[in-house]
Amino acid sequence: MTASERGIGASHASGTLTGRVTLSRLREQAIKGLFFCCALLSIGTTVGIIYVLVTEAVIGVGDSKAFFQEVSLVEFFTETRWTPQFADKHFGVLPLLTGTLMIAGIAACIGLPVGLASAIYLSEYASPRVRNLVKPVLEVLAGIPTVVYGYFALVFVTPHVLRPIFQDGLGFDVGVFNAASAGIVVGIMIIPMVSSLSEDALRSVPSGLREAAYALGSTKFDVCLRVVLPAAFSGVIASFLLAIARAVGETMAVTIAAGQTPDLTLNPFRSVESMTAFIVNVSLGDTAVGSIVYKSLYAVALTLFLITLAMNIVSQAVLRRFREVYQ
Amino acid sequence: MVTESTQHADVPALPSLADVTNTFSTDGDGDTVERATKVETTDLDFYYGDVQALFGVSMKVPEQAVTALIGPSGCGKSTYLRTLNRMNDIIEDTRLTGTVLLEGQDIYGPRVDVVALRKRVGMVFQKSTPFPKSIFDNIAYGPRVAGQKNKAALAEIVETSLERAALWDEVKDRLDDSALALSGGQQQRLCIARTLATNPDVVLMDEPASALDPASTARIEDLIFELKQNYTIIIVTHNMQQAARISDHTAFFFEGKLIEFGVTRELFTKPGEQHTEDYITGRFG
Amino acid sequence: MSQVVVESPQQLAGRHRKGRAFEWACLLATSLGVLVLVVLLVGVCVQAWGWLDGDFVSNYDSRHPREAGILAGIWGSFWLIGMTALFSVPIGVGAAVYLEEYAGQNWLTRLIQVNLANLAGVPSIVYGILGLTVFVRMFGAFPDGKVVLVSLGVATLKVPIPFGRTVLSGALTLTLLILPVVIVAAQEALRAVPGSIRNASVALGASRWQTIRLQVLPAAAPGILTGIILALSRAIGETAPLVMIGALTYVAFTPGGIESPVDVVRDPQGVVDAPFDTFTALPIQIFNWVSRPKAEYQHVAAAGILVLLIVLLILNGTAILIRHKYRKGIRW
Repeated sequence: MTASERGIGASHASGTLTGRVTLSRLREQAIKGLFFCCALLSIGTTVGIIYVLVTEAVIGVGDSKAFFQEVSLVEFFTETRWTPQFADKHFGVLPLLTGTLMIAGIAACIGLPVGLASAIYLSEYASPRVRNLVKPVLEVLAGIPTVVYGYFALVFVTPHVLRPIFQDGLGFDVGVFNAASAGIVVGIMIIPMVSSLSEDALRSVPSGLREAAYALGSTKFDVCLRVVLPAAFSGVIASFLLAIARAVGETMAVTIAAGQTPDLTLNPFRSVESMTAFIVNVSLGDTAVGSIVYKSLYAVALTLFLITLAMNIVSQAVLRRFREVYQ
Repeated sequence: MVTESTQHADVPALPSLADVTNTFSTDGDGDTVERATKVETTDLDFYYGDVQALFGVSMKVPEQAVTALIGPSGCGKSTYLRTLNRMNDIIEDTRLTGTVLLEGQDIYGPRVDVVALRKRVGMVFQKSTPFPKSIFDNIAYGPRVAGQKNKAALAEIVETSLERAALWDEVKDRLDDSALALSGGQQQRLCIARTLATNPDVVLMDEPASALDPASTARIEDLIFELKQNYTIIIVTHNMQQAARISDHTAFFFEGKLIEFGVTRELFTKPGEQHTEDYITGRFG
Repeated sequence: MSQVVVESPQQLAGRHRKGRAFEWACLLATSLGVLVLVVLLVGVCVQAWGWLDGDFVSNYDSRHPREAGILAGIWGSFWLIGMTALFSVPIGVGAAVYLEEYAGQNWLTRLIQVNLANLAGVPSIVYGILGLTVFVRMFGAFPDGKVVLVSLGVATLKVPIPFGRTVLSGALTLTLLILPVVIVAAQEALRAVPGSIRNASVALGASRWQTIRLQVLPAAAPGILTGIILALSRAIGETAPLVMIGALTYVAFTPGGIESPVDVVRDPQGVVDAPFDTFTALPIQIFNWVSRPKAEYQHVAAAGILVLLIVLLILNGTAILIRHKYRKGIRW
């Protein structure tokens, strides 16, 4: 190698080690920073939700007063009438709360047992062929938009299921809009969720436990109910909580099927208004920004948000503990 | 009464133990003792799908003695063990030909109820698998699924089983604690007690001490020695010294075939087959 | 043992009977889901029979049920989902790349993950309220409202501030809604790429970003794509947030005036106007028709539902196809 070649080689090497490295390093850091901002956006969303709800409902910013600065918490939780749009205004959230809980309750009565039984069948009894057939069907069921379920409730469940059985058959008065039809379709909506999550929990139970149970003279029924299900219990409960939270937050199906009369009632065949339906129904009308009705939207939304958040957090905690045991 | 129990009404009466062929074995002092055959297999072939795992295994297991199954890994000893309580039924796409007799009765016969069989032939696994329940509920599980609801009866069964498994003194004050809180050796003794609670005649053990430390292993071996007075024990072990220590009879398996079966002392000192001698002396593992 | 557990054959038979009954009950429950799906689809098809035709797809909504059509909804959803994809894909994939490739195991990363899990469970209507306040009204910071003009040569961008009840607001809101779904799906796809590929690339002197750009992302692309498609198909069906944003329910125009694919080429100003136009969407129109008292509108709603389900079928079918095709091709 000639000296000049060596010289060129030497300067080239030193250039690569110092100058260009700094530039590309800067670019790497910039790209990493960009992606970091994307990830931070999710935190920003949560902060945004909390800020938006709190400033309209709890503590006002600037001159505007928040909802709970004009309506007392006591009235909110104890008054039994919800009439923010009438001249005689009452702001008791109980009618909305019972509407929501009644629908979620009916949904839970349908969705949780059916979903769990489905999960048990798919996990413990079904052949791979059956599983490959049923699981996509459940996925499709989960992907159907909620307006379609609302339509299904109004056009099918009420006239062809509820009325024949309960009105013609048992003499109840079943309204066109009722909580029962909403509860039924929301229950159907959460079946895939309960089935899928519970099945995961059941499958996490080690097969050694099942074998030991069989070796002690168990039937499959004994193994399922006395060993597998108790072992998967907390995982199943976590899935239940998530499903109920989903039912509480469900909007369109309930709005279509249950109606918009915020009556405090426990009769599932009458029209009720859920918290979510109230928010939608008000938005469909003309509501002056800054009016008390407008702020009541935020108050109801805050209540809804807190309820579902609490259930989600508890569910995550339960699931975490369950996973620690089996993984 | 006819319809419900037709399924089991014409189960043939158990042949008396005196009718079945006798095998000789030795007791602790080296004296030969006549023992009846508890479990017998004849020309047993076993298949996992298309793969054959057992080739014509014929063996007679004497009652109230310990029979060890030894051999290198993958030689079929665990598969053989699991055919004796039909645990292989749980695995898909398996089949067998030949006969497996429990006290002269074919356990693969058409009218045999597997659930009832497994109460008579219990199994302890290599990895201890206590249920995530209390110690009491673990032991009481077998009797409970069989329909025993009486609390006093269950309590007595639990105590007796734990005593026979040499675990009673250690847990008698904390029967309601979770079984998962016990140590590895204790958990395995718990599993043994759980198996004993269904009052089986035969206890199958699949490498019960292989996952335990030497101290716990020694305790399990002592336990097995005591248990053989009341139970027929068949134990799979990869530890030859263990087989030599605790068993009365030993069967040597290799590549799915039964190479040799005999009284332990004789098999280990004067094996009949060259292959057996090669394995025992460590020429292959 | 003194307390021998003896079970009579009758007891045993009873246990077996109980077991069989239980199995049947579970099978019944499993079939319920299948049954409901079949009834639903058949019911919708029956109701829509004779109402879903070429006119339906090319008409606007009308006071006469027979003349009502879903054109506005189709185009509205098209612009809406297109823009949602535009926003959610880079942000979602970027966040996933950060979490999987760059982030360390510290409290901040854990916080982000927990936060994502919680966001996934927030009711969609709360996102609607967020969108209303932040995008539509921008906290009321611009009481008079103004329009920012940006010239693009061929056309002029007219950005209203605040964004108002426009496709843009809707798309941003839906982006926030489906972001957790996209991020989690992308994370799983990235996680499936074996570490050996990354190691090999780095050993050859590539920087981390080069490794990601040239090796990891291409390998994870099918999985990411599938996740995005599934997230978007979820977005198509979302109604509640759009109601909050102010998507209109009786609409006789399409965003930007674009009424057919030809218009896209012929009318560039319309294309540029579309994101800032008021709009409606497929599910909103369906919701509106279902809510009308006239009985014939049930049929119109059924026809709209059928259109929506067909769109979803195409999208999900594509996702499944991609998943299958690339699952066979992957050979680690």
